[in-house]
Amino acid sequence: MSNLVEIRWHGRGGQGAKTASLLLADAAFNTGKYIQGFPEYGPERMGAPITAYNRISDEPITIHSNIYEPDYVVVVDDTLLEAVDVTAGLKEEGAIVINTTKTPEEVKGLLKGYKGKVCTIDAKTISIETLGKYFPNTPMLAAIVKVSGIMDEQDFLNDMVESFKHKFAKKPEVIDGNMAALKRSLEEVKGL
Amino acid sequence: MSIRERLSGNEAVANAMRQINPDVVAAFPITPSTEVPQYFSTFVNNGKVDTEFVPVESEHSAMSACIGASSAGGRVMTATSANGLSLMWEMLYIAASLRLPIVMSCVNRAVSGPLNIHNDHSDSMGARDSGWIQLYGETNQEAYDNALMAIRIAEHKDVMLPVMNCYDGFITSHSIENIELLEDDKAKGFVGTYHPEHFLLNKKEPIAVGPLDVQPYLFEHKFQQAEAMRKAKDVILEVSEEFYKLTGRKYGLFEEYKMDDAEIAVVVLNSTAGTAKYTIDRLREKGVKAGLVKPRVFRPFPVTEIAESLKNCKAVAILDKCDSTNGAAGPLYTEVTSALYTTGITDVKTVAYTFGIGGRDVKSSDIEKVYTDLQEIVASGKVENPFRYLGLKG
Repeated sequence: MSNLVEIRWHGRGGQGAKTASLLLADAAFNTGKYIQGFPEYGPERMGAPITAYNRISDEPITIHSNIYEPDYVVVVDDTLLEAVDVTAGLKEEGAIVINTTKTPEEVKGLLKGYKGKVCTIDAKTISIETLGKYFPNTPMLAAIVKVSGIMDEQDFLNDMVESFKHKFAKKPEVIDGNMAALKRSLEEVKGL
Repeated sequence: MSIRERLSGNEAVANAMRQINPDVVAAFPITPSTEVPQYFSTFVNNGKVDTEFVPVESEHSAMSACIGASSAGGRVMTATSANGLSLMWEMLYIAASLRLPIVMSCVNRAVSGPLNIHNDHSDSMGARDSGWIQLYGETNQEAYDNALMAIRIAEHKDVMLPVMNCYDGFITSHSIENIELLEDDKAKGFVGTYHPEHFLLNKKEPIAVGPLDVQPYLFEHKFQQAEAMRKAKDVILEVSEEFYKLTGRKYGLFEEYKMDDAEIAVVVLNSTAGTAKYTIDRLREKGVKAGLVKPRVFRPFPVTEIAESLKNCKAVAILDKCDSTNGAAGPLYTEVTSALYTTGITDVKTVAYTFGIGGRDVKSSDIEKVYTDLQEIVASGKVENPFRYLGLKG
């Protein structure tokens, strides 16, 4: 199953890492893939570190464990870099993408000598400028699509319009802002 | 054409219930089964079903309401987990002994204490002798398919027993995965309508349900109940065959994976079987003749069939996601080894593992360790310690 892509999300309760992992699963599903999207349920509280996972494959996925050797890691909150071993098991031919105002070079020192690709994105600025509020999960979703190349960017954007229309059926005014956040994020990932 | 979807196990089961459109659903929320009645209640409110939804104040009342509604002649469903199942205890036996074809999803979770909301099989395994048929499913697909088939099995005139549709809490209940749903009309056609032979609301045939049954007849009634459980095996196969013709998805009493030439095998229930398949594929690439038997039907237990499946193996590991705390090993081990002995198979080495208690994650490397242990058992011809633990911190 060499086409199996495994992604681990690190966030804090309330930031939407779980939702982002489910949205990524949805988007990949809509491009015809087999998917898994699941959080690691623990004693969740606002602000506590949480982990969520994605498996994406061209073939049915049978394994049902957590992910220990991910191809990609997404860090939704850079304060986690000192609290959680975010690169644990991360494959060197993979990549990590971190929500931070810093550059990849500036955060490398916090990654315990991880030798793979380090990408950063300022999801906070993008979110505030496009959505008017801080919702890091939308930019991070686009960032992982960009970094992992798991699907065509235009297919991804087309699919997300549809899912936002469904998700925000009662507040369509936020759809444009979310789409703008995705598009900007695809452009603004550093370290590629 | 079936409908390609991605749903969590709970959402899939709630959709099966929507398609079944039962007369009554009575339920009380408990993690991780809560979403089943939660999703279902939205179907009720949105008019997708015409079910009477009874939001009771406890699980004892949930099962009591199900028993009342089923006795009255209704098609009845519910869902629970762990301590919720514990609170139903008294009523589980009554539902089975009154021969009421209630279908309940048991979203497997550790029974307290200490308090734990995560997956193991201590809840449904504790209820294994309550007289319910028990089906176990690996994926959201199997949880959905079993929910549909459970109705037909429960209501079959040769059976008339309640069915527990068991699947793993969180791992299956809350993970989003691909699934093929039946179109509503096909699902409805498959489950059909329920026509009970005897029921309380039949004014042409007044009957009593659940009266005192003492020395002269209780034994005979219990024998009839046991006979129904024995007959359920053939009915499960018949219903599964019909389901296969409808969907192309094949179900038996258990699933065999790479068992044709397997020298070593694992027997395990539910989602861990998927991780075992993943592990087997990798071991097979290295030439290890590893196989898997995943029981789907635990009650009735397929004694001769499972023994037949394992008889050519040199060594078999039976993995229990609960502990019988009997000083030996868990219920699956006890049943499988008993099946082997009963059928005269004594040259297959067996070893028990207790694993995954309270949601301890099961890695492919854990399963690989079991196969490595089995290879050692085959090489030495000895089982040094038959009762082992997997994934326990040292």
